[in-house]
Amino acid sequence: MDNHAAQAMIRFGLGRRGQEPLPDDPTAWLRAQLRGADPGPPGSDVAQGFYAIRLDQENKPQPGTPGAVRTLFKAEQDGLVANAITTATPFRERLVWFWANHFTVSLRNGRTGALGGDFIRTAIRPYATGKFSDMLLAVIRHPAMLLYLDNAASIGPNSVVGKTAKRGLNENLARECLELHTVSPASGYTQEDVTSFARVLTGWSVANGDRAPPGFLFRSGIHEPGAKTVLGHEVPQGEAGGTDMLAFLAAHPATYRHLATKLVQHFVADTPPPAAVHTIEAVLRDTKGDLGQAAAALVGLPAAWEPLVKLRTPQDYVLAVLRAVDLPETKRPDGAGLMRALGQPLFGAPFPIGWPDQAVEWAGPEAMMRRVDWAYGFSGRAAALDPAMLAEASLGSFLTADTNGAIRGAGSRRDGLTLLFTSPEFQRR
Amino acid sequence: MHPSFITRRSALLGLASAFTLGRASLALAAASTDARFVVVIMRGALDGLAAVVPYGDPALAALRGPLVPPPPGAEGGLADLGGFYGLHPSMPEMAAMYRAGELLPVHAVAGHYRSRSHFEAQDCMESGADHRMTSGWLNRAVLAMPKPPGPEAALAVGLTTPLLMQGPATIAAYAPPSFAKPDADLYARIAALNHADPITGPAIAEGMRDRGFSGATLMGTARQPNAYAFPALAAMAGKLLASPTGPRVAALELGGWDTHADQMRRLHGPLSALDQGLAALKLGLGDQWSRTAVLVMTEFGRTARINGTAGTDHGTGTVAFVAGGQVAGGRVMANWPGLGNLFEDRDLQPTADLRSVAKGLLGGHLGLPAAALASVFPGSSDARPTAGLLRV
Repeated sequence: MDNHAAQAMIRFGLGRRGQEPLPDDPTAWLRAQLRGADPGPPGSDVAQGFYAIRLDQENKPQPGTPGAVRTLFKAEQDGLVANAITTATPFRERLVWFWANHFTVSLRNGRTGALGGDFIRTAIRPYATGKFSDMLLAVIRHPAMLLYLDNAASIGPNSVVGKTAKRGLNENLARECLELHTVSPASGYTQEDVTSFARVLTGWSVANGDRAPPGFLFRSGIHEPGAKTVLGHEVPQGEAGGTDMLAFLAAHPATYRHLATKLVQHFVADTPPPAAVHTIEAVLRDTKGDLGQAAAALVGLPAAWEPLVKLRTPQDYVLAVLRAVDLPETKRPDGAGLMRALGQPLFGAPFPIGWPDQAVEWAGPEAMMRRVDWAYGFSGRAAALDPAMLAEASLGSFLTADTNGAIRGAGSRRDGLTLLFTSPEFQRR
Repeated sequence: MHPSFITRRSALLGLASAFTLGRASLALAAASTDARFVVVIMRGALDGLAAVVPYGDPALAALRGPLVPPPPGAEGGLADLGGFYGLHPSMPEMAAMYRAGELLPVHAVAGHYRSRSHFEAQDCMESGADHRMTSGWLNRAVLAMPKPPGPEAALAVGLTTPLLMQGPATIAAYAPPSFAKPDADLYARIAALNHADPITGPAIAEGMRDRGFSGATLMGTARQPNAYAFPALAAMAGKLLASPTGPRVAALELGGWDTHADQMRRLHGPLSALDQGLAALKLGLGDQWSRTAVLVMTEFGRTARINGTAGTDHGTGTVAFVAGGQVAGGRVMANWPGLGNLFEDRDLQPTADLRSVAKGLLGGHLGLPAAALASVFPGSSDARPTAGLLRV
């Protein structure tokens, strides 16, 4: 495995799976993954999610039994992890996970356990190589996001309902959409912009299936009447106002800058080199936010081929180990549980900003020791494998003489595997 | 008489006369670092008006009637804090500390920044500056402590080290282990393989040192606590801090404060975790509680008015808590701005600077001189150390 092929699989992909064939032309292999449909793993839709929520409400799950929502949620997590372990398009899959993190929905609020799988399936995955504006619209209209960031129940103070109800505006989604999803604070928006945008988004709500089909529902009775101005942009009244404003935000130069910075941080280096950011920013601007073109341009950045610059986050790390050992389905450990144990549970980010993408955030002493201890525990269960062969297969030319020597000199297969999985080169991508 | 008074006062005397008393001053100076300091970060923005309710403010009911618990004396009501403020009913342990004169709520306080972004604000709060720095103020404070601290002077409790504690001073970290472990020899080989790596190398080396240290100190604890339960972590922090050879400074984090909706119900959990955590910390510290000061802080407050979903949005002024055996508690410290005079017509107007409170404790409790305080909080000359936090 030469440097280029190894780097394609490790930096852009999710780590080599077992002895999977090496690409002859790594760049072409990566770019080919950006074309065509990506159905992803099957799962439950929004209607089934709300049904599960209702089942649990009507019959409180007995202690010790998972209940409908947790059963559904576990299936979604298992599907995502299994797909990431077995996919033949790991670059495409990394992009899906990247955008799912950019648009974090977390169990910390709302009812995302029952809806998060559908969120990725219908709002993220179809657009990971498409237009950012389409993804943004799909994300903000999705019940998981509307509930996670409290917009479903945000009421315009001068709406029909607002004039009599004691409830009113909730700024949460509007603020995070500006700060995290699109223009970022660098654009200089004000508190007034946040509040106005929150007014624009009133009425963007959710039906749980009781009175209307489950899914997005525009509730005109809680929509704040009148035109609004956000970032100097005039927004019309009604559901169309939200669509209009999201299109404006998606195409804003500050958004392209923000997205380019995050993409470069993920694929190039913790501290994004300005030249690389400018390149990706220009692609986004010239293609009006085409994420597939931006991904193709990332592959073309020379800086993205600097080997092993990024530290694998716990999710990356677990996927890389599970792909490397490539155990048969029945013997695979609970990948989602491992991610949780190592501090990065799926749908578990503490805040809407999602998981951090810098080594310093993940390389705390105790976090590293957990990784070491877990690697040792896992190696005990995978000790049928030959550590030296596995090292050669998964790291190729990145395997150092020191690590190779330590693995070959280990007193047991278990120790050898532990040394492989805790080596500095395996912890990076 | 409070026994700690003697120690602290003589420590200060010792420091002042270090040049003339020679050998004796060393002992006294060492005694000065017997002070314990704990910072609890409440991530997500605590609603100060809910934790310490100014029930005597005439504007309160109109702003947020449904979020106000019953008055003191009523069933499930506030614990009275001197006739104007009341402590949320989910915090009985802290109410008891208040009655014992060991809890000092500092109200209408805010950081020096005015961001309503969690992430920007937390960065500024932990950096102690108006931008994110590569080190936190507590780390710089450890470096500036009068007696040069040993490698285990400071401790981050939890799986990660918060920015507050990151920086040049060595930080130990403790989180209860829950996995099978390699033997010492394999650990050593892993550390050797990673030795030259700039990221994994130092982390693993420090992690191993922390394990040895923490493991020995915690020997004899019968049961492993739940890794994610704040009171259990606080209890562990207390035990570690109580050890004569243990750390002197610790930081803990507690989330769950971002109550945009259904606040009345959602605040109970984190408030009660904080309440039980401080009680557990005190219990773990034992006699050393009398030498301890705790600062409980959050990045900003929340809107004075209820939002549309029975919650509150990101705001400005809030409450901080100072607790400990030397704290001049049993009262609320505030230059109360009144709820009729809101900041930007939405938030509790801040009248105190969080940096001043921190400086008051670092100076008065840990003995940091004024020059050190200036480097711990760069550009903070207008935030003078708060006086009167401690019983001296």
